[in-house]
Amino acid sequence: MSDVTDPTSAAPATAVFVNIGERTNVTGSAKFKKLIMSGNYEAALDVARQQVENGAQIIDINMDEAMLDSEAAMARFVNLIASEPDISRVPLMIDSSKWSVIEAGLKCVQGKPIVNSISLKEGEKLFLDQAKKVRRYGAAVVVMAFDEKGQADTLERKVEICTRSYRLLVDKVGFPPEDIIFDPNIFAIATGIDEHNNYAVDFIEATKIIKKTLPHCHISGGVSNISFSFRGNEQVREAMHSVFLYHAIKAGMDMGIVNAGQLAVYEDIPMELRERAEDVILNRRSDATERMLAIAEKYKAGGAEAKGPDLTWRTLPVGERLTHALVHGITDFIDEDTEETRKEIAARGGKPLEVIEGPLMTGMNVVGDLFGSGKMFLPQVVKSARVMKKAVAYLIPFIEEEKAKNPSVQKTNNGKIIMATVKGDVHDIGKNIVGVVLQCNNYEVVDLGVMVPAAKILETAKAENADMIGLSGLITPSLDEMVYVAKEMQREGMKIPLLIGGATTSKVHTAVKIAPGYEEPVVYVLDASRAVGVASSLLSAQQKPDFVAGVKADYEKVRDAHNRAQTQKKRQRLADARANKFKFDWSQYKPERPRVLGLTIFEDYDLAELTRRIDWTPFFQTWELAGKYPEILSDKVVGETARQLYNDAQAMLQRLIGEKWLTAKAVIGIWPANSINDDDIEIYADDKRDKVIATLHGMRQQMVREGTDRANLCLADYIAPKGSGVADYIGGFAVTAGHGTEEKAKEFEKNHDDYASILVKALADRLAEAFAERMHERVRKEFWGYATGETLTNEQLIAEEYRGIRPAPGYPASPDHTEKATLWTLLDAEKNAGITLTDSFAMWPGAAVSGLYFAHPAAKYFGVGKIERDQVEDLAKRKGKSVPEMERWLAPNLNYDT
Amino acid sequence: MPAARNDRIAALHDALKKRILVLDGAMGTMIQRVKPALMEADFRGERFKDSAKDLKGNNDLLNITRPDVIASIERDYLDAGADIIETNTFASTSIAQADYDLQSVAREMNLAGAKIARATADEYTAKDPSKPRWVAGAIGPTNRTASISPNVNDPGFRNVTFDELKAAYKEETEALVEGGVDILLIETIFDTLNAKAAVLAVEEVFEQMGESLPVMISGTITDQSGRTLSGQTAEAFWNSLRHVKPLSVGFNCALGAAQMRPYIAEVSRVSDVYVSAYPNAGLPNAFGEYDETPDQTAGHLSGWAKEGRVNIVGGCCGTTPGHIRAIAQAVKGLSPRAIPAVPRKMRLSGLEPFALAS
Repeated sequence: MSDVTDPTSAAPATAVFVNIGERTNVTGSAKFKKLIMSGNYEAALDVARQQVENGAQIIDINMDEAMLDSEAAMARFVNLIASEPDISRVPLMIDSSKWSVIEAGLKCVQGKPIVNSISLKEGEKLFLDQAKKVRRYGAAVVVMAFDEKGQADTLERKVEICTRSYRLLVDKVGFPPEDIIFDPNIFAIATGIDEHNNYAVDFIEATKIIKKTLPHCHISGGVSNISFSFRGNEQVREAMHSVFLYHAIKAGMDMGIVNAGQLAVYEDIPMELRERAEDVILNRRSDATERMLAIAEKYKAGGAEAKGPDLTWRTLPVGERLTHALVHGITDFIDEDTEETRKEIAARGGKPLEVIEGPLMTGMNVVGDLFGSGKMFLPQVVKSARVMKKAVAYLIPFIEEEKAKNPSVQKTNNGKIIMATVKGDVHDIGKNIVGVVLQCNNYEVVDLGVMVPAAKILETAKAENADMIGLSGLITPSLDEMVYVAKEMQREGMKIPLLIGGATTSKVHTAVKIAPGYEEPVVYVLDASRAVGVASSLLSAQQKPDFVAGVKADYEKVRDAHNRAQTQKKRQRLADARANKFKFDWSQYKPERPRVLGLTIFEDYDLAELTRRIDWTPFFQTWELAGKYPEILSDKVVGETARQLYNDAQAMLQRLIGEKWLTAKAVIGIWPANSINDDDIEIYADDKRDKVIATLHGMRQQMVREGTDRANLCLADYIAPKGSGVADYIGGFAVTAGHGTEEKAKEFEKNHDDYASILVKALADRLAEAFAERMHERVRKEFWGYATGETLTNEQLIAEEYRGIRPAPGYPASPDHTEKATLWTLLDAEKNAGITLTDSFAMWPGAAVSGLYFAHPAAKYFGVGKIERDQVEDLAKRKGKSVPEMERWLAPNLNYDT
Repeated sequence: MPAARNDRIAALHDALKKRILVLDGAMGTMIQRVKPALMEADFRGERFKDSAKDLKGNNDLLNITRPDVIASIERDYLDAGADIIETNTFASTSIAQADYDLQSVAREMNLAGAKIARATADEYTAKDPSKPRWVAGAIGPTNRTASISPNVNDPGFRNVTFDELKAAYKEETEALVEGGVDILLIETIFDTLNAKAAVLAVEEVFEQMGESLPVMISGTITDQSGRTLSGQTAEAFWNSLRHVKPLSVGFNCALGAAQMRPYIAEVSRVSDVYVSAYPNAGLPNAFGEYDETPDQTAGHLSGWAKEGRVNIVGGCCGTTPGHIRAIAQAVKGLSPRAIPAVPRKMRLSGLEPFALAS
């Protein structure tokens, strides 16, 4: 991460924080202690398992209890964990104040664990001896800020002891500094003793200094100590933990022993409580403790509730419990509730299928109604689907058994829908969401996946006797493929409706291009929330005629309006547009020579670094939650859902990074270049500029600019013309964070968890975008280096307040997707970043971004808009392709009918 | 340490920078093929003629009772072009020999095995000093596992402890070093905890000697789940053992080259030491025989070499001098894998790897 100097990466504003599970500790958990003391190791293992399931990335194990043979208990428990892959997949932290217990644990761990802890408490000799052993057992180590004189309680002592320990470990033992974790002691504050008031500040300040002066080490601590004087008042304690972590993580604390399930979200803490917690943590006023005490009682009641989830709903009749579980997305009790219902139904002679058709569908109808009326939001609905799928999975064996006895029984549903992302396209998040929503409403969905050829879609629809087909796509060439599928349906005489959805699709395109090709209803579906309405209208004998007539009339209007607008959109001749190109005095321009020419490859980029660059707003859009991040988290309507989703996303990000689900790869290139013939860019092998290795073909705006001084832009305008004598450059990139996504998503789907499957894909997309943003920044500052002094916040970066642009082929400034082929040859992106191109020039893995780098100070993003036939003909000639082929690729940009 | 060994180790480091080194092939397969076939009496010799247990199949015992057979097989591999030969000591720990009631002979087996290999290797180096040969002391996994219970009803039970393993490995290591090996090769690791005990034993022996030998680490991915028998992925396995700062890491046994490929690729990507690979001659057929031809095995390995993924190649079960000859010819002149710079992070592992950047 620190391989290159970069001032912004030194600021760990939202640095990664590793959760260490604390419940398998006899000194910290009364429940765990009881289980171990009574020899109930099986239940003790469940405690460990729950922690891993709840997102602990490392689990701490402590058996320090006077009445226990701690060495034996440690060995026994660690040996048992070894036979539980759900638990042993994560690293362990072997925790004891006795070296003999630590060693007993180390002898049972095949992985690389962390020892917690050693210190200078009993002098250098013992410290060095234990450190050497830790190293030979192959473990990392927590070092307490403790020496012969005692525990460090001031800033100076913390720094002094950690520094001394570090030097001994690194210089005398050869301990790798990245395997050292300092625990500079978190002590209770707000105790009423003035000397304690600055403890949190001392920890935070010590963290800053240690991280700065002792390279590569980590900082950890037991967070709950800080609030010890408020024990019994959980809400106040959680607020203090949250506030403390908020500041300590900023300072560089990157690990901590916490109960992740019980951590309040900083923004969620009531204003008054947060402010007073901040006063005591940061020691901002002398009466901070009194003021905290004054309000503490007020929050006590809420705290009691916060101890665990409210389980009063468990006393309801089983049908209502099922509905509750579905509406709230709770899977904890679904198997037992489903079983109870199944037994009830069986007792009165009913069949297992009736559990689905009766109580479960009743619950899902409630979900559907709440969603339809805007009282539930998409992420919650997808969680409901997870509950439904688990219940159905539970019932399958019983249904199969029933079927064997009585083969005529058929599952009834509202209809069967074939769904597919069309040939050449790989994007499926939206499609998957629509699929889940339809399934929630008792439609049977046959999902054919991505890159599905028309023939396969039609064949499946027939074989399955489907009631309708839903097509999805994200990139512009998919629009054409959808037109083709519709025409094929017509040719084969199919009689079922066709639904169209996806980011580049639109009502206009559906009405103008797709619907006229197929006699049966073709309906554009704006988003997942509309899918059920459309499907149910189309499959209802009563509603269908009116609905279809309504759509047809609407599309007729859209077509008319479109045709009228068409004739009004005036375009100028290409020659005239070129004459009105971007005007610039090249003789005064001296482009910075890039520091690194040619290709730079990143085989496995640090995902943690990318999480800081995530632009969250589009993430919420994916889930159909409208609003800008971070304001959306406190939005009156969707705030609660958004926060829950955001927390789930953060928890998954932690695991995704810690367990390395995804691999981020990139290739960037910078080459000498000049523009030629107005619209093209020649790329040269080297600074001699005599060997052309590729030519990029640009498209130019043709809108009429009469009466304005606005230019008709083309990307080539930002590169110095060949004749100008200016030595200019261009860059290109292809980045992906998608390697591994598909496997992980499949794993979740196998477990009936569509929510997690969609979440991991959405996060991979965000990471890929963040990667593109980060790479652009590094190109500006390091690889090209024309903006070395740039310092911008993440918000400024998202708002693109920097010099230079990175337009992507296939997007508004350069709508021609086929240019990607040239970029791929230049970058050898398939080999160097593992990104392949489909027939339609979609990138695979889907979580990928590619584009060109322009450094010109005046470069800005623009849209080419509609173009005329003269430009298509000219472009086809320059590219050596036929006019019809170019018309096919550029269909959405044509200002004329073909 | 003898100066001669220091020189050989220096030459080994030098050679690894310049070329891909070739390890020998299977010993067991070759012992089975000896003509006339070895009988119980050959294994017993005069010394163990009264043993209460059958000794046929205790291949390491031949170091003492038929050293001529072992030396002859090693010569075949040296003739085939192997740069490094392994001692015939795969099962020479007191733990593994307990099956034959020969735990008290374990030290002697190692010493004898090391001396045979030392003598044959030196013989070939003397014949052609431009092609030095090295001896790797083979340290096998034993027949017990420190992190897997042999009793399904008691997953917490173990039939061997870390300390017992460490003591057995220490005895083996001392004897191998005394017998003159250049390298210690901890191989066929299917339970990483066993290997951690071996690594600790080796480090303690080095500390006693005041000097270190290069250590090679070779794990076994047991099937196409991509995990060791004890459940670790390739990268998690590497994180567990990298603290010994080995000369090389890699995989051997259980899989043919075709199946082993992704795991070699993985370890080649994540490790900052040399990479070794010595697969079986394919997967066994219905009769338990290996029938991948020398050209097929050599084709796979030279392919990896061309992709820059390996530094040391050889063969495991079912491979013969013919395979080693084909492998040596196929990798001749190919560049060794360059050691990549791996970003500095705290790299932990459970069954799966975990990393936290500094």
